[in-house]
Amino acid sequence: MTVTVLYEAVQHSAADAVEDGERLWLSPADVVGATGWALKPEGLCREQLCVPLPRDGSWRDASGRVDLTAFAAAQGRAVVRDEGHHAWAFAETSSARREALRSGRAPDFELPDLDGNRHRLSDHLGRKVFLFTYGSY
Amino acid sequence: MWQVVYDELKDKGIDFISVALDAGGAAAVRPRIECPDLAERPDAIRELMGWSEAAWGKMKAPEYQCLIDAEHVVADLFHMYNVPQAVWIDEQGNMVRPPEVAGFGDAFRSADTETFVLDEEDRDKLSRNRRRYVDALGDWVENGADSYAVMSPEQVLEHLELPSEDDVTAAAHARLGALCLERSDHAGAERHFRAATALAPGKWNYRRQSMVVSEELIGELNVAPEFWETLQAVGDGYYYKPIALPDME
Repeated sequence: MTVTVLYEAVQHSAADAVEDGERLWLSPADVVGATGWALKPEGLCREQLCVPLPRDGSWRDASGRVDLTAFAAAQGRAVVRDEGHHAWAFAETSSARREALRSGRAPDFELPDLDGNRHRLSDHLGRKVFLFTYGSY
Repeated sequence: MWQVVYDELKDKGIDFISVALDAGGAAAVRPRIECPDLAERPDAIRELMGWSEAAWGKMKAPEYQCLIDAEHVVADLFHMYNVPQAVWIDEQGNMVRPPEVAGFGDAFRSADTETFVLDEEDRDKLSRNRRRYVDALGDWVENGADSYAVMSPEQVLEHLELPSEDDVTAAAHARLGALCLERSDHAGAERHFRAATALAPGKWNYRRQSMVVSEELIGELNVAPEFWETLQAVGDGYYYKPIALPDME
């Protein structure tokens, strides 16, 4: 089944996923695509960091899929889902958000303009920025 | 309206970036961005927003970057609680004023719910506050780190509000809400933005968004009784917290 995964800034469509109650199983390729964490002999790895999988094998299914919900829970991320759309959104941890804000640096982001061209806040480094929000409501 | 201010400051080393926190995406905000129609903006709205007649008369389509944030990501990253809010960021990427209301304030709450007309005292207060905020922005552009409007890193920290676990979970719901709307599921969008509101009741951007995700209301200014009732329910509390600048009323 195809499932939509929202994780950090990425929206990933995982073609060979299994929704199993409160658990979401993804192929290792989809785990990388959705989260950037790659399955290696040491565990799930991203940049210099590796998170070993539990020895009881509970994060892998018979086809080699990974339980992304278990991994997210181990990281302290909340998960919310929309059953009708087969969509799963993994929250950032509040500690990561708080730490980023406490650094005093403006968190970077990338968003589209009206024509769909994408822009990053960090493109403006070297100039002052007045960043302001509004809503049509 | 910020284009008028931008016109005066753009050659002095500052970029303006507007971010529409709008689950309806480009379709919902395009008319606002491209057609600032004075005829559709009665004087009461100008007074409500605290802009001077001179500035209002010069209104035109923005030349600065206008970004679309259907998932309310910027509100999540900066822990913003309503619109309009702004952050001032220096050349190194550091915040020199944390998220705060962009020159607006609670005096608008006395507006008549149909005509938007304010009592005179509140009208003048909004206008003075708007001017002070815009003046402060200009002072920062002129004087950089020496500006009276710039906060030290310690002051920024002191004024920063930080998200709770419920806030970040609410943000995940907002992303699902935007996804539902992208797939034309208005009921699903409303469900997720209401779930976000339940988790983060202080985040008015979610609450306000949740009221305008139906097919008829998307992109519209919310004037439904529910909005005024929830605004009333704020009571003695703040809808917009005061801006920490000298002489703000």
